[in-house]
Amino acid sequence: MTPNTTPKRELRVRPIENGTVIDHITAGQSLNVLRILGIPDSSEDVVSVVINALGKHGKKDVVKIENRELNVREVDKISLIAPNAVINIIRNFDVFEKKQVVIPEHAEGVVRCINPNCISNSSEPVTSKFTITSVGGRISLRCEYCERVISENIATHLL
Amino acid sequence: MTFKDLHIISMKDFSRDTIDHILNTAEKLEPVARGVEKSDLLDGKVLSLLFFEPSTRTRMSFETAMIRLGGRVLNLGSVEASSIAKGETLADTIRVVEGYSDAIVLRHPKEGSARMASELASVPIINGGDGAGHHPTQTFLDLYTIRRESHLDGVKIALAGDLKYGRTVHSLCYALSLYNAEITLVSPKELRLPDEIIGDLKRRNIKVKQTDSIEEAISDVEVLYVTRIQKERFPDPAEYNKVASSLLITPALLENADPKLKIMHPLPRVNEIDPRVDESDHACYFNQSFYGVPVRMALLSLVMGALE
Repeated sequence: MTPNTTPKRELRVRPIENGTVIDHITAGQSLNVLRILGIPDSSEDVVSVVINALGKHGKKDVVKIENRELNVREVDKISLIAPNAVINIIRNFDVFEKKQVVIPEHAEGVVRCINPNCISNSSEPVTSKFTITSVGGRISLRCEYCERVISENIATHLL
Repeated sequence: MTFKDLHIISMKDFSRDTIDHILNTAEKLEPVARGVEKSDLLDGKVLSLLFFEPSTRTRMSFETAMIRLGGRVLNLGSVEASSIAKGETLADTIRVVEGYSDAIVLRHPKEGSARMASELASVPIINGGDGAGHHPTQTFLDLYTIRRESHLDGVKIALAGDLKYGRTVHSLCYALSLYNAEITLVSPKELRLPDEIIGDLKRRNIKVKQTDSIEEAISDVEVLYVTRIQKERFPDPAEYNKVASSLLITPALLENADPKLKIMHPLPRVNEIDPRVDESDHACYFNQSFYGVPVRMALLSLVMGALE
């Protein structure tokens, strides 16, 4: 199989009737995407995962979830660990909508601050808040409370 | 910029123009701070002091500032004797105390606590220190001291001691970068200023030098800002003693200094500065702690809307 074949053949799995195909996930991050989506606990529908598929720009992961469309919060989380991901909403075997994830400028209640002494990690009724910057594809999250910056292993800090 | 109801949380929230306005206001209020003139600028106003950690200078200078301006102060008292001991959250405490006061000064061990309080309160929150985070009123009084005792714009300043953990130094570096300061950093390698702060300063085109020799630094600066090195940072007491003695400020060390050199220290000091230095014209750390009063008077008058 060559990298330029159609997405359906490239996925090596059968097309889905309804649901979501998350394409161009940063290679190696698909299992973290599943974790964000709470799979398998949140769904009994079929989920297919392709790891290290060859894409136009090198290796990528792909996740197909049947009978589920993602909410904004889930897409925001995915953007932090797979900034080039493309979300395809599938209805009746056709791509109903296709959009690249957009890295949000702010994230609330999505990531836990790495500073154990931050007020957002206390028993106070406060939701974690981050300002997000992306420089040359490298994402940094600055806590809006204690100003500590997270720039590595973001997936491990997702709530 | 409107100051009324402004929260004072981090130096990063302030531009040079805003800082200058606050320092100018402090200068006008200095005769009141000294007790030479009387003022009823904050007559009828109430300031609440919520100190969840020990403090002498910050708490007392806020009290003095309020009293000198004719206002009144409510003190939380000891945490053990308050509702916090019953498990009340800081968020609830803030919502309750804002009903009793026109502004709140908060010192709390958690970083970001003052920012959180400012999101909840309808009265101004003044950060009196949030853990290892910010202590902006200290930075305002440090800037005021430099301006009164030397000069701010383009000042040649050495920062000595614990530059790694000292929050006053981090905020001060940021503020000095607004005034094109030339900064010399003097510390043992274990306690150097974090790289990201040095990077920030260099990106702002600030001249930064690093050395571990206080003798080398002192010959070419106008202000020497000394901070305490905490013994607990060193597992080995012998290592602590070696480092502490290498940064000791003594009369002999000052023989080669510029006669106009001013020495600052946020206090409390332990043994960083030889007491014999206190009598010299270089010493201005006790003036510095006094300047906390006019600076805090200025901040209180501005955020409570008594001055613009």
